[in-house]
Amino acid sequence: MKLHRITALVQRHLFLYRRSLPRLMEIFYWPFLDLVVWGFITVYLMKFQGQLPGVVTFFLGALILWDVLFRAQQGITISFLEEIWARNLMNLFASPLKPSEFLAATMALSVFKVTAVSFVMATCALAFYDYNVFMIGLSLIPFVLNLIVAGWIIGVLTTSLIMRFGQEAEVLAWGMVFLFQPISCVFYPIDILPAWLQAIAWGNPAAHIFEGMRAVLTTAVFPGAHLAWATGLNLLYFALMVGWFHYTFNVCKERGLLVRVGE
Amino acid sequence: MPAPIVEVRNLTKRFGDFMAVDGISFDIQPGEILGLLGPNGAGKTTTIQMLLGLITPTAGSIRMFGLDLATHREQILQQVNFSSTYISMPYSLTVEENLWVVAKLYGMTEIHRRIDDVLKKVELEDSRTKVTRRLSSGQMTRLTLAKAFLTEPKVLLLDEPTASLDPDIAHKIRALLKEVRQSSGLSILYTSHNMREMEEMSDRIIFLQKGKIVAQGTAQEITQRFGQRDLEDVFLKLAREP
Repeated sequence: MKLHRITALVQRHLFLYRRSLPRLMEIFYWPFLDLVVWGFITVYLMKFQGQLPGVVTFFLGALILWDVLFRAQQGITISFLEEIWARNLMNLFASPLKPSEFLAATMALSVFKVTAVSFVMATCALAFYDYNVFMIGLSLIPFVLNLIVAGWIIGVLTTSLIMRFGQEAEVLAWGMVFLFQPISCVFYPIDILPAWLQAIAWGNPAAHIFEGMRAVLTTAVFPGAHLAWATGLNLLYFALMVGWFHYTFNVCKERGLLVRVGE
Repeated sequence: MPAPIVEVRNLTKRFGDFMAVDGISFDIQPGEILGLLGPNGAGKTTTIQMLLGLITPTAGSIRMFGLDLATHREQILQQVNFSSTYISMPYSLTVEENLWVVAKLYGMTEIHRRIDDVLKKVELEDSRTKVTRRLSSGQMTRLTLAKAFLTEPKVLLLDEPTASLDPDIAHKIRALLKEVRQSSGLSILYTSHNMREMEEMSDRIIFLQKGKIVAQGTAQEITQRFGQRDLEDVFLKLAREP
């Protein structure tokens, strides 16, 4: 991998933010609205504080972390879509750029987006609801890192599908991550799910991450088992998805789909 | 005779039942301009896309600079660039930003000087800070040419590079290509539907029809072989054959 090719691609996307209001909205407007709506729901639920202890932390914390996953996925998929919309894929893949360098650049962009969105949301939560997400503690950091990787996995899967099936599959860029939401147990514990769905959810790294987050909040014990499961599953799925992306890339080159993906 | 810079052998591309390119072989010598002619669907663009590593051949081989494209993609594409009427550059970036990204992708140094030079060459100096969306189609074509020149390739693949240009700019671009070829020994594969342009630009021409090479040689050799007045008549004769 060559760093100059990765930074070129990252810079190409950062140039977009200089003069694009819709792209800035993606960082400021939607996360802000999300937070406002869920903030009011949380304020309402606080009336039942007795029955639902730590409701603010549960909901606002979960929301901010869900956005980490969502933006990490979007960082990869939307970057790919930007190249389709700009009819730029040919320019990129007729250059020495390797598919792995392309993925690395989109992952770097996803970290940029996650950082920017998390900063906006954490600041708004503090300003409007007096909620400090960092109160959860340093033990949250490995879970957040795992959440970013989980977002990358969904992002690479979605990108591969769009590359293979063309712009018709574009809607997946916004919808795919929500397929995983019910089994990620973002806003409820995993034991709420029916037994058969619990079995599936335990195979989802995000479920371990959100379960771990709740354990951090409610117990003094660090949930090492959840972290180990989330990390192990992430490593496995990440390797599989990168392999799947390369396989799809080669299939697209064989079928001539790479040059027609934007049509 | 020096070794060919591009060697294509039995290149074949099949999409399901459709044979897009059918076992073609050709060489491009250093400093040569090879014209690729043929009606729509003859396989010209597919051939160029295979040379750029964007489509995997069904069979056959592509070698450039003595290396196999299948195994040395990165080293080869570092020295190759292309321009086409059918591609564009990201609309939301300025002309300069777009060229900067390309230069970085190819690991160029002295980027600002190179951008200055190349914008002067294609007469886009005044559009340097213009957002690409605001360029006319002719300016866009010149930008994609600037992109191709910027990386100082040894092989340039041009798919109808003057199709959307007015005669004045098209003439300037042809003159520029000849000048660059003269000064740097650039090898060019050139497609166009403008027969006069093909005659003017190409040292040799390959005629493709239904994915096969049906004629090759200089423009004069081809017109003589088919007993026609000029290349356009040859084109019409071949394109209308059942």
